[in-house]
Amino acid sequence: MTLQELHIRAAALQQLPPQLMTTPPLLTMTAISKRYGDVTALQDVSAKVYPGEVLGIVGESGSGKSTLLRMMNLEDIPDEGDYRLDLPGLGGNLFHLDRLERRMLCARQIGIVYQNPHLGLLMNHSSSGNVAERLLIAGERSFEALRARARDALDASEFPLARMDARPVELSGGMQQRVQLAKAIALEPALLLLDEPTTGLDVSVQALVLDTLKRLQRDRAITMVIVSHDLGVIRTMADRVMVMRRGSVVEEGLVDQIFQDPQHAYTQQLVHAKL
Amino acid sequence: MSLSNLTRPWEAFSYGFLDASAKREMRRKMLKAIAVPGCQMPYASREVPIARGWGTGGLQVTLTLIKPSSSIKVIDQGADDGVNAASIRRFIARVSGAAETMDTLEASILQSRHRIPEEKLRDDQILVLQVPNPEPLRPVEPNMSAAREMHADADYSRLWLTLYEQIVRSGRIMQGAAYPALVNGRHVMTPSPIPRWDVPKLHMARHLTFLSAGREKRLFAVPPFTRVEPLVFSDVPYKVEDHASLTCDRSGVKGYFMNEIPKDDGTSAHELSDSQFGVKAIRRNEGETVAIGDTWYKNGTFTQ
Amino acid sequence: MQPVLHVEGLAKTFHMHHLDQRLHAFSGIGFTLHAGEFLLLKGANGVGKSTLLRTLYRSYLPRSGHVWYHTAEGRIDLARAADVDIALLRRREIGFVTQFLIARPRVAAEEIVAEPLRQAGIAQPEALSEARRWLEEFGVKRDLWRAYPTTFSGGEQQKVNLARALILPQRLLLLDEPTASLDVNARAALVRRLADLKAQGVAMIGVFHHPGDVAGLVDRDIELKSEEIDGHVDI
Repeated sequence: MTLQELHIRAAALQQLPPQLMTTPPLLTMTAISKRYGDVTALQDVSAKVYPGEVLGIVGESGSGKSTLLRMMNLEDIPDEGDYRLDLPGLGGNLFHLDRLERRMLCARQIGIVYQNPHLGLLMNHSSSGNVAERLLIAGERSFEALRARARDALDASEFPLARMDARPVELSGGMQQRVQLAKAIALEPALLLLDEPTTGLDVSVQALVLDTLKRLQRDRAITMVIVSHDLGVIRTMADRVMVMRRGSVVEEGLVDQIFQDPQHAYTQQLVHAKL
Repeated sequence: MSLSNLTRPWEAFSYGFLDASAKREMRRKMLKAIAVPGCQMPYASREVPIARGWGTGGLQVTLTLIKPSSSIKVIDQGADDGVNAASIRRFIARVSGAAETMDTLEASILQSRHRIPEEKLRDDQILVLQVPNPEPLRPVEPNMSAAREMHADADYSRLWLTLYEQIVRSGRIMQGAAYPALVNGRHVMTPSPIPRWDVPKLHMARHLTFLSAGREKRLFAVPPFTRVEPLVFSDVPYKVEDHASLTCDRSGVKGYFMNEIPKDDGTSAHELSDSQFGVKAIRRNEGETVAIGDTWYKNGTFTQ
Repeated sequence: MQPVLHVEGLAKTFHMHHLDQRLHAFSGIGFTLHAGEFLLLKGANGVGKSTLLRTLYRSYLPRSGHVWYHTAEGRIDLARAADVDIALLRRREIGFVTQFLIARPRVAAEEIVAEPLRQAGIAQPEALSEARRWLEEFGVKRDLWRAYPTTFSGGEQQKVNLARALILPQRLLLLDEPTASLDVNARAALVRRLADLKAQGVAMIGVFHHPGDVAGLVDRDIELKSEEIDGHVDI
């Protein structure tokens, strides 16, 4: 325990384990550590996300928040740590799955929207095709069904259907994010990961994309983890917030508590700098 | 006893041009390819006296299979009399003592570029297809390490995506030659640039097919009685070229794969792509007794 | 009768790291609240009335003490309950009414109001018609129901906010100056709704700039003082 953590504990009461929440967490990450050479990317990070909840992870660049999200998407494996999803047919540490199992799990149960649409999209395929690819991975082989399901997913992402066969390179940044989102939700995943989904968009477009995300969350009760350095985004989206700095979690709490009564010096600095 | 009794007389080349160790490697890889239908096997790909990209892959397979009692037919886009086909056929005959033939029924080994003959192949015949690009995933995944992982995972969704895109853009599947096909329910292969017309001929066929790419150093095989299923959507059936109603200008034969011959007045005539099949039809028309084998297509419809 | 809330020795201190300063808010707060009771927090400005409400709601983390909240599943200490439990209670049982609305862009007023009902599993058409009823009740003009409250005036936003906060009867309602800047009609509607909820057994704790607004509802009050309160405040 660091000195700062001791400080927090002294200033506030320590939390008890959940008593009323009887549903187990959907996502449980325990003691994740990762080093890249001499750089510590993550140091003993643990996280829990309950079904239907939106967890926000906030921190500056290099805080390890995106690395953590990539591990939730099984794109990267930590040096140490345990990762579990409470889904039927899944047991044990997901970091021990082989490549094929990992790929099938990611395709069916985990959707991701990247800040950079080039990471998530085939830029020279049609938008509907980008969504259809997910369905193809899951074994859909009917052209009409692919078409209908891609249309539904794009519609749910509030993408203009008249442009469903346009290539992402021809689309604006906000529209590209909607295609990514449609692709991510096409198979109705248990977990939706959002990596700075609105960073780099115009403020007005950003608001619209956030609104779409919020609507989806409300209508489908998708469990989400959203990573952002933008406190406004976290404040709008998240139920609970994890504040990360230099690869560690410095503070965790309900979104209003983090913003109104931040305990850690770093969180206070972050919140006051923004508001 | 002297050493000379134990050795064979000196020869300028090994039998069938390739040296013994090259053939041994080829045999091993060919057996492996048969064991895992449709799976690409890497091989060293020796130098042969034709340029890479002109059939060196097929030639190495043929030279490994050949024996003095073989009879060899070489096809280039359906024709036996092209310079390339003739040169390869003559070369093979010279280094092996095998007989040259143009008749599909007589050949024991058929090396072909981009066509499968119209007459059905038998279980004592081997088809060797020359392949320029053996990797069906190359257009969708330029990273070959990633493509190999996709083969390992049987993840061919990107290929279906390509077909999806074609239908979205053009209203139909535009893939002409080299239509990807799932072999034995496991590996997707490119059947070399044969037309869609020829792909069903590989499905549950009696003959053995080798597909070999000399430049890319990969070979794969379709053993007899192996499923070869073109990738299709469940609601968009596989369609071969619309040649069923075309009539050959020279032989009058109808219902086979045709070459289009543009004419001066802007129209076009058609003639049989399988030229030797056409030659036999013309000879029969002229009253000769010619053996014409059973064909895969009858009246333009494929029959197994 | 089982109380709804039992507070013991509750204390709150803010620690401002950049000033390296501790700001004492209150300590030694204790009281018991039963169903259908209305508790008024009194005291001068800046004495920590809102802070206490927010501490009870857990927007602020208490330094010490207990906030025993009695649920059907037994009692739980809100002062140290897990975040997910607090979130659960906020969805189902504990409401907080502030002067400020955090409106989201491009969500219609009626949808904002209907949201708690939707979260409680009520179908969209019923939730919307109920939402419209309450917008009507609080005097939000019909033209505005489908508009986005981000563009509304402070007063109109607050009405939307009240309709949303009060649409679903809770077990415990925390009211942080809900009447400030409300017009007379809306204030009357609010008082009617509060009386109605009180009759249904909702326990309430409120801070009011003009306590006269709710004089008829108040059962008891606590006077908060600016200096540190010694010992237990019993009422």
